[in-house]
Parts: sequence; C-alpha cells; structure tokens
Amino acid sequence: MSSAIALPDVVPTRVRPHARRETLRLLLRSKTFVVGSIIFWWWVFCAFFGFAIAPHDPTGITASTLVAPSWHHLFGTDALGEDVFSRVLAGARSILTIAPLATALAIVAGTTLGLITGYMRGTVDDVVSRLIEALLAVPLIVLAITIVVAIGHSTAAIVVVVGVLFTPLVARTVRAAVLAERELDYVPAARLRGERAPYIMFVEILPNVTGPIIVEATVRLGYAVFTIAGLSFLGLGVQPPTPDWAADISNNYTLLESGTYWWTVLFGALAIASLVIAINLIADGITQVLER
Amino acid sequence: MNAAAAPAPALELEDLDVVFRVRGVEREVLRGVSFSVGAGEAYGLVGESGCGKSTTALAVVRYLPRNGRVRGGSIRVAGTDVLALSREQLRRLRADRLSMVYQNPADALNPAMKVGQQVAEVFRVHGVPRDESLDRSRDALVRVQIADPGQVLSRYPHQLSGGMQQRVVIAMALAKDPALLILDEPTTGLDATVEAEVLDLIAALQADFNTAVLFISHNLGMIRKMCERVGVLYAGTLVEEGPVANILEDPRHPYTVGLIRCIPRGGARKDHGRLDSIPGFLPSIGEDLPGCVFAARCALAQPICTSEEPAAHSAGDGHFSRCHFHEQARELPRTVAVGLARPLEVERSGDPLIRIDDVARVFRQHGSDVHALAGVSAAIWPGETLGLVGESGSGKTTLARTLLGIVAPTRGTVELDGRVLPVLARRRQEEVRQLQIVFQNPDSALNRRHQVRRILLRALRKLGDLAGERAEQRLLELVGEVRLDERYLSVRPAQLSGGLKQRVAIARAFAGNPRLVVCDEPTSALDVSVQAAILNLLVELQVKERVAYLFISHDLGVVRYISDRIAVLYLGRLMEVGPADTVFSGPHHPYTEALLSAVPTIDGGGRERIRLAGEIPSAAEPPSGCVFHTRCHRKLGAICEQQEPPLLEVGEGHLMSCHIPLDELRRLQRKAQPAPPEEAAV
Repeated sequence: MSSAIALPDVVPTRVRPHARRETLRLLLRSKTFVVGSIIFWWWVFCAFFGFAIAPHDPTGITASTLVAPSWHHLFGTDALGEDVFSRVLAGARSILTIAPLATALAIVAGTTLGLITGYMRGTVDDVVSRLIEALLAVPLIVLAITIVVAIGHSTAAIVVVVGVLFTPLVARTVRAAVLAERELDYVPAARLRGERAPYIMFVEILPNVTGPIIVEATVRLGYAVFTIAGLSFLGLGVQPPTPDWAADISNNYTLLESGTYWWTVLFGALAIASLVIAINLIADGITQVLER
Repeated sequence: MNAAAAPAPALELEDLDVVFRVRGVEREVLRGVSFSVGAGEAYGLVGESGCGKSTTALAVVRYLPRNGRVRGGSIRVAGTDVLALSREQLRRLRADRLSMVYQNPADALNPAMKVGQQVAEVFRVHGVPRDESLDRSRDALVRVQIADPGQVLSRYPHQLSGGMQQRVVIAMALAKDPALLILDEPTTGLDATVEAEVLDLIAALQADFNTAVLFISHNLGMIRKMCERVGVLYAGTLVEEGPVANILEDPRHPYTVGLIRCIPRGGARKDHGRLDSIPGFLPSIGEDLPGCVFAARCALAQPICTSEEPAAHSAGDGHFSRCHFHEQARELPRTVAVGLARPLEVERSGDPLIRIDDVARVFRQHGSDVHALAGVSAAIWPGETLGLVGESGSGKTTLARTLLGIVAPTRGTVELDGRVLPVLARRRQEEVRQLQIVFQNPDSALNRRHQVRRILLRALRKLGDLAGERAEQRLLELVGEVRLDERYLSVRPAQLSGGLKQRVAIARAFAGNPRLVVCDEPTSALDVSVQAAILNLLVELQVKERVAYLFISHDLGVVRYISDRIAVLYLGRLMEVGPADTVFSGPHHPYTEALLSAVPTIDGGGRERIRLAGEIPSAAEPPSGCVFHTRCHRKLGAICEQQEPPLLEVGEGHLMSCHIPLDELRRLQRKAQPAPPEEAAV
C-alpha cells in the first residue's frame, strides 16, 4: 500500500539558528539594553563586593564630620563622619537584596493568579479581577506605608508587602497574554487528549507567555527599587548604621537647607536614579526585541 | 484613448531581478521575470506560496520591504519607467495610475475610520472638494453594486461583512480609473458564494472600464475564469506563459503539469486512486540554481537540466515554456500508481459509530439568542468520511465541536456506540481517545514552545497510555505512518513547513488509534501540491485504521474526493445529506446547486452561475418557513415562507429538505446545466 504513496516532504530543512541565541544577539545590538546592563551590573557587583572594595569602612567613623569631597574622601563625609563614597558602594547591597526578592515574589504570585484567571474565566476571573481593580484604586505607596507600619518594618515584611502589592499588576499583564493564548488551537487540542487544567496552564500556556512576563519583571523591578527607596526614606526600611542610599538621604537631607553640604545627599540620590534608569533601559531594550 | 496610436502595455516587466538581503547576503527572489499585460487585458500569475507572486506585485508598486531591492531589469506602467521615478512622481503614479487590492480587506481598511471618510480620501487626494468627494464616494459604491451606499458609508469596516469590505476596497481601487489594477488573492477568506460574486463583479467592471488587471492567485480555476493569459511562476522564474486555455489544457512545463494534477477535480474520488503531488520542496530563496529551477523536483530531469538554463520554447499562439523537454512535459510520470488504491467498503447495515440526534445549540450574543445549530441529526459509520459543507456561519464548526464535547448541546444528544456522550470534561479517557481532531491551522494547533518529540510523546502517553521504551517505539512507528522523517523529532514546529506541521498534527490525532477524527479544513492553509499529499495520507490512514472522518471543507473538489457521504448545512439546519456522488451529480437541493455553481473549475465552461440574493441571514433571526427561502432562486411561493420543509428521504440514503419534489428539481436543474464538463486530458 504505502509504496503507492508519494514521499514528498522529506528533504533536509535548513534549521534556523536557535531562537534564544537570536534574541540575545538582537539584545546585544540594542544600545539601550547594553548601556542599561552595564550600569545595572555595576551596582550588582557593588552589592556583592561593595564592602570589600570600599576605601574606608562604610559603617565606621573615618574622619571629621561633613568634610567636602577631596582625593581622600571622593564624595566627602556625612554628619556622622562616615565616608559617603564607601557608603554609596556598600549601600547597593540592601536595595539589590530587597527589590529583587519582592519582584520575584510578585512575579511568581502574579503569574499564577494571571494564569488561573485568564484560563478559567467565568466567576473566578470576575471576582479576582474586581478585587484587583479595587486594590489598584489605592495609591501603592500609601498602602505600603500603612501595612509596614502596622506589621513592623523588618526586611522580610518589606519584601512581602511590596511583593504582594505588585502581584495584581503582574497578574493583570499575564492574564491579558493568557487570554490571547487560550484562543489558539493547541489549548483545545490538549483538552481533547484529556489534560487537566493545571497541566494546560503551566506546561502548555506558561512557556508561551514568558515574553510578557520577562518584560513585566524588569519593569516591576524598577518600580520596586523606587517603592523600597521611598519606604526607606521614610525610615521604614533598613536601619542605621547599615548603609542604604535612601536612608542616608533621609538622615542628611535636612543639611541641604544651608546649601553647603550637598555631597551628603547628591551621590545617594544619583545612585538610586542611575539604578532605576538602568533597569528601565533594560526593560525598553527587552520590549523592543521581544515585541518586534 | 485614440485607436490610431497603439497604446503602451499597461504593465511591462523586463528581466526583473529582485533580491532580498537576509543575514547580510543578497538572495534572489525574482530571477529575470519578463511579461507584459496589454491595455484592458487580464493577466493571471499563478504559483505556490514562496514563488514570488506577491514580490512581483510589490515591485511593480515599488513597495518592497526594506530589505528588498530591484537589482536589474525594468518595470513600466503604461509606458512610465517606475524605477526611475522620484518620490513625488511615484506618489502621483500610485495616486493616479496604479491600484492594488490585497488579500484581506479587513486589513486594508482603517478600523478607526468610517468607510465614507476612507473612500472620500481617494477623491480628496485628487483635489476634489469635500462635498463633492462624498457624492462621488456614493457613486463609487454604486458601481460595485452596493445597494445602499449611504448606509455603508456611515459604518465602520468591522460592521461590514467580508464580501462587503472587499467591494469597498475594490470601489476605492477603481475610483481613480487606474491603468493597472493589481489583485493579490482578492477572495481568500471569502465564502465560495461571496467569492463568486466578487469575481463576477471584477469581471464586469474590467469589461466596463477596460482596466488592465494583474490577477495573482494560487487557484487555477479562478485564473481560468478571470484571465485571458497566465504566467506560471516557480522559484522566482516565469516557467510557462500563454493563453489560459492553452496552459491549462496543454501545459508544456512539468511544474504546470504537476500543479494541475494535484487538484482533485472532474469528480475524482478516493476510490479511483490517489492524487498526484509534486515531490520535494521549493528551493530556498537565493539558492544557486544553475540549470532549470524545477530540475530537482522534476521526474523528467536529465543531466542537461541541472547544467543549462532552458530557453523559452514556443508552443505557438504566444505560449512559451522554459523546459528543455517541453514537448514531453505532459508525459511527466505520475507520482502515484493509478488504480492501486483499494476502495474501502463501508458497512452501513450495522450500528453507526456516532449518532447525532436532534442537536441544537444556542449562543447568547449581544442579548439575543443565536441558533448556531437548530436540530441536526446525522450518523457516521465506522471507516467512512462524512463531508460537511456550507458557508461560514452555517454551523459546521459548532457541530464538530459539539461532537468533540468542547461545546455542550442545548438540546439533543451525541452517541458513541449507542451510549450518550457527556461534555468533554466528564468523558472517560477511553471516550476522549476515540474522538480526535485535526485543526485547520497547524501553527495554532501545535504548541510552538514544544519540540515535535515532546508533542507526540505526550499524546502517546495520554491517548495511547504508553510510556518509556514502548512509547519511543510507537513514536517511531507513528512518524513513519505519517511519513515524517525522524530527524524532525528534535525541532520545534516553527522550523517545519506547513505540510510537515500538518503531518505532526495528524500524527498527534492518531496517537491513540482514534475511531473518528474531525478534520476541520485541514488543507485550506496549504498549497495544492502539499494538499494532495495530506489528502493521500488521510485516505491511507483511513484504509489502514478504519477510522471515520468528519471532514469540513469549503473546497468542494476536496470534499468530493475524500467523502463517502456529504451533509450540507445552512443556518444550523441540514439541507441535504446523501452519498457524495448523488449529492454532486444531482438533482440536488437548490442551496447545494448554488454552492456547486459558485466554484470556478479549471476545466472552464460548465455550469451557469447561480446568484444567491444577499448574504446569509443572521442566525439570531432565522427566516420563517424554509430558512433558505430569502435567497433561493427556485422559491415556489408562500409555502416556502410559511412551512419548514421536512428532511425527507428522496433516494437511497439521500435526504433533502425542500418543498420542490425531486422530479421537478431534476427537470429544472437539467435545463440549467447544459452538459457536464468533459474531463480534461491531463
């Protein structure tokens, strides 16, 4: 029987280079992404080795107070006589610990919630979506402050509060992507071989929505840095003498009024700004490549 | 135009070379294409996807993608050298002399602008004042036979049907009385009846306005109907050119011969033999082809074919073929042995495999009830194919989905082996295994993040209950059965061609030895040569596994080829069910008659086209009596509006729902259809 059938399609295909490698190549060609990455990885490096490479002890009194920037103290010293340059280097650690953890929590919880609401639709979706909308109506920072004040401001508390508050935002993005995916025929195809909902959500759909999730993760990380710095500035974060950019600004900014001691505040502020901008540049680069 | 001076051809391509830069290398997409379209002439360009049809059209309007450029040759539109124009001159040419109609009218219209604004814009570009442009828009729509132009102008594109959208696009294209109208697959995505109307319209307008038309299509029947001359493109080369009747009846290039043989036609049925296909693949773009571009896939190829480029040999009457052996082209060996196929005996005396009993389904939409299915009863016996035809919106897909359990019926039952099937979520795995589906679009049906191996192993595990060593073993058997090379197991769907993807989808459906497979337009996204191979595969699997098919398709040639019985749906009701030959040869239901007459055949001639009045009515408010009476060309009178005709047996296994007695239908339809088209010699 089979001898009567033509064997048409069997010739070698020219296999494309791996899609993931192609994505990486495009990313490395994007200036936005490269510049953002360099700044970002510099601060990550400081988070790990900031204490080690700091010229002075970041938590110790190393000179007289409020010394202006000089060769010996590049960024000067603060009101306590601590070396600002050393504290900026070492200060990367606290923010780059709390922000990624909070983001990771938000991504895991938000993705799960987004998959469930997007795939199940119906009552589950309606109830959860209304709750999310209600939550999003309140300014996040206000909510964060209220909760942190109420439950006490340990590092863990900040991670959980920021993570939970970001969850609905992630869920909303993931849900939108899932809604588009579930219209594709591979979803009914999976149901027609008797797959259960969790398998379809996590094994079939999830790999196809990683693009939006990665973009969302990067954007959220930027906001997390912002939010956590805000909490820290209000005294609800890391406590002295642990170096922390926002806390240091908070401790010194009253000195700004005299107009003389600008170095105590400026460099910490620049550090926060550069980190947030770097993350946003990375997010832009990824968005351009993934949503080409 | 003055008759004394011979007008310049509307389009003249000479030795056109187009290259695309891919990964830093320029690759040839068009290799020295030359042809001309005379003033007022309709010229067809055929070939499979990837042959360069659309690239030709884009080059003519100088709208190649950024990485493409014309490397050599010339393009003249009504005597103007398009390639030499400045930006402003080009804009004027596009505004005044050139028009293009694309595949998808919904994409060609701006969704955020009312139709009226968009049509008026065409006139405004020519400096017509605002008030006058509105009047002229109205006239333009009247010309494309839109009955109520005021209504249409005040709507947004999404509020119009596909056929209506395409009319608007054509109206815009013709508004400026162009020298050349390019139509790029203008009816893809339209129903057969609507397609026929749009084609009639284009033909009429072309005659009226004496516009030259470049008609791009993969459908040879449509080309036959619409064009005077045709060029066959393969791998960016015009391999054959000539008057359309000569090309289709006396092709002189093996590619054309192969292309024509792929199409099931002239009443071909799976019992008579397998379809021919064209072995191999299209060369990748820019591949170095020193001799004949088709040599690698040609059964007639000799050493000279790969070393020497064939010249254009004349077969008289302006018919040229670029083949060294153009005189023997028609003796191209068949890829399948004729008459080897064993017809499959379907035993209908026993119990059916599937029994659909009075199934109805109502959807709630915008506050009204849409009756997608209104009481359909049918049965499918083991090993047979039931073809399901009807326009979009007739309920074909809903019926298939109800069968599979994805959609729950509002009323009625689906039985498998005499037991009522619940909805999918409540079916036992054994029941799930027995009913499978092959979707229309394999891109959407295969998870693009999973490797072929993973897709198939998972199906074997869930449907075949196989794991480990035994699953691996069965996997190799399975890919062998669908003629998929083992090396494709480690790739993802995106790296496969359309035909290969569909083979993976078929393998997945057959992983658990199903007893019924729903085939939802499984070949409509594929080229004809690939379609032939997939249809052959489906028939082969049917013979081997005794699987039954519910085969949905709008291509009546394909349905006739593969089906044992055919069911015709209209507005969620069965109009006619019967053995395939009986339904096709008639006497048939007036709706079936209209559907059949709408299909252009490559043999030419044949039936008189029956025009169905208007569009398929909304299923939210189905007409009273016989639902087809609003469009029926054989309507009797009041009885059709008041009483719904019962579905009665009019012949052996042949059921019909019509008030006109069978003998009367036979008499009427014999009169309308002079003689059956003769089978072409190829």
